[in-house]
Amino acid sequence: MTELDKTLDAPVGEVVEASTTELVAQCHELYESPPLGALVKTGGEDTVYGVVAEVATRSLDPGRRPVAMGAGESDVEAIYSSNPQLGRLLSTEFRTVVVGHMANGRLNRYVAPLPPKIHAMIYPCDEEETREFSGSLHFLPLLLSAQVGSPDDVAAAFLRGVSRSHADSRAFLVGAGRELASLLGGDIHRLNGILRRLAHD
Amino acid sequence: MTEPDIFGTPERLGMVVAGSLTDGVEVRLDGTASIEDVKVGTFVTLQGDRARFFGVVTDVSLRATDQALASMPPDVSDPYIASVVSGTAAYGVINVEPMLIQDIEGPMPSKTIPAHFATVSPASEEDIALVFGAEDERNFWIGSPLDMESKLCLNIQSLVERSNGVFGKSGTGKTFLTRLLLIGILQSNSAVNLVFDMHGEYGWKGSAEGGREVKGLKQLFSSKVAVFSLDEASSKRRGLTPDYVVRIGFDEVEPEDIEILGGILGLSPVAADAAHFLQRHFGGKKWLSEFLSIQGSEDIRNLANTVGVNQGALAALQNRLSRLKRFDFMTDTGQGSVDRILEYLDRGMHVVLEFGRYGSNLTAYILVANLLTRRIYARYMERKERASGDPSSEPRPLVITIEEAHKYLTNDIASHTIFGTIAREMRKYNVTLMLVDQRPGDIDDEVMSQLGTRITCLLDSDKDINSVLAGAPGGRKLRSVLSRLESKQQALVFGHAVPMPVVIKTRDYGTSESYRELGWKDAVELKSQMEQDAADLFGPGEE
Repeated sequence: MTELDKTLDAPVGEVVEASTTELVAQCHELYESPPLGALVKTGGEDTVYGVVAEVATRSLDPGRRPVAMGAGESDVEAIYSSNPQLGRLLSTEFRTVVVGHMANGRLNRYVAPLPPKIHAMIYPCDEEETREFSGSLHFLPLLLSAQVGSPDDVAAAFLRGVSRSHADSRAFLVGAGRELASLLGGDIHRLNGILRRLAHD
Repeated sequence: MTEPDIFGTPERLGMVVAGSLTDGVEVRLDGTASIEDVKVGTFVTLQGDRARFFGVVTDVSLRATDQALASMPPDVSDPYIASVVSGTAAYGVINVEPMLIQDIEGPMPSKTIPAHFATVSPASEEDIALVFGAEDERNFWIGSPLDMESKLCLNIQSLVERSNGVFGKSGTGKTFLTRLLLIGILQSNSAVNLVFDMHGEYGWKGSAEGGREVKGLKQLFSSKVAVFSLDEASSKRRGLTPDYVVRIGFDEVEPEDIEILGGILGLSPVAADAAHFLQRHFGGKKWLSEFLSIQGSEDIRNLANTVGVNQGALAALQNRLSRLKRFDFMTDTGQGSVDRILEYLDRGMHVVLEFGRYGSNLTAYILVANLLTRRIYARYMERKERASGDPSSEPRPLVITIEEAHKYLTNDIASHTIFGTIAREMRKYNVTLMLVDQRPGDIDDEVMSQLGTRITCLLDSDKDINSVLAGAPGGRKLRSVLSRLESKQQALVFGHAVPMPVVIKTRDYGTSESYRELGWKDAVELKSQMEQDAADLFGPGEE
């Protein structure tokens, strides 16, 4: 097993909040969240796929706000090395929008009938899996209507990321753009915004 | 099939999204098909759930899914955004008029429209052949559909069954089209032609733009075409010895022949009517020569009193009719020109009557065309009635080609003229008309409505367009097609001889290759064929 495979096989976090449409996961390592728009999945039989839609790092205890502690330190890394307890006081969480699931060995690109269990492990999807999942973009409405800060950025980041797993990434982006155009036909401003994000890739 | 077609894109153009039988269907273009490649008049097929339709593009338009697109256009300077938005948020729509539906028995007029999402594609060569027939004895290759190379054929048999019209502004190619139609009729043997050739364009040499000479029918089919002339000197100057020089006798002119000239000669209805009284007074054959020989106002007054016509009208009539004396082709007694023409027609020869210098004289043209046609038609009627249903003894179907019909087939007089009668009675007596005209709007509505097949090049006056399209199924929608024809070599054909209206690029005429395609053989070929025939007949010659 190569180094790369190991990283891919290692979970990046576990579910701490779950609903049929959204999962919130806490990273095992501080700051080790998959990036916005990444496709991730839960482990186990009934895999649920999600797209990272928000990443946040905050104090584990909502009552205790971090305080500035860098006086006299040269940079941010120095603060962490002289305060190793920070890794236990802070946590990185990411929110994913559920876009599909496996049922009876079949990949469905819509929300699962039941959410995964709390503490279910979350893994990043490898390139092949990403390519296979994005073979059809019928789940895009789930991303566009997600109740997150900026669903358009999530969709654009997802498509940009996924396009790299396709041999002809340009053709993929054109196809995805057309799918978006048919979904957002009545809202040309929003469509323009997403297309501009995709165009400058 | 996914090969690129004429549009340089995959086969499919788009799909049906809305429509009705009366207004035609709306087809949303696919993102891959460019609206700039789809032209009005293009022939398309619509593949519905169960049936296949054939239609014509009647309009093209641009649409957007969001009205804001017009005020806030996307940044199309970016090629990515341009390729995404075009055909999706901003897309093209074509209006298609479904004309035919594919039936077991072949294409039939469509009484319904394809269902939602029927696939629309440009018609293939096979579709053209299926709808318009492949080139053979009955189907004459007249041109090709827009942007296609395939041969589009007219059914000549159906064409000659009814009167037809070839229309278009001057310089749009009416004469070339007419030549082709005449050749089609000639080659199919379905009728004989009698052409009243006003400007000497059909029989012997004609001219194309730029002073180029093109061959006439006689040059291409010398054994089947006879050229008659009213003006021998002019024909000879053009290098042609006419087969017969036509003379019209004053004794052959009848009051009905004068009636049609009323408008041209500026005669009042009373004056034109007076001819009938004169005929009654002087007797059948002599009336015109006797009338014209009267001199002096005293004699005219006496005559006016005798026949009971206003003196002024009679004087006007005499004054105008004396112009006929200036025509060299008028003689005292007729010399059987009608018989001679009929004799040729009966032998299956096609007759072109050249007017020479009289071509520019409308009076001469109308007088001669009307006079000859009336007599020929009378003979046809008689023979047809005598044949009484026995097809073998019926006279050969005859197509009479006349030009500038708008000057004498006008609303007020068309019903009195022989041409009006022929147009109305259709093929009853085996005689039909081919009108070649530039102002169809001035031709009598009733005559226009009887035309079986109309072939029209570009027209730009509303009156002319309305008149040509009157009564055509989907006429309103063909307007946009007709007014956007190119000014050269393009025509809209609809009516009896084609299953559906279609825009054609007229077949080439005037190059030696085009002559050869029409069956003409040059001297070298003829010689080698004769040698071959001789060898076939007598065996190879001795070495």
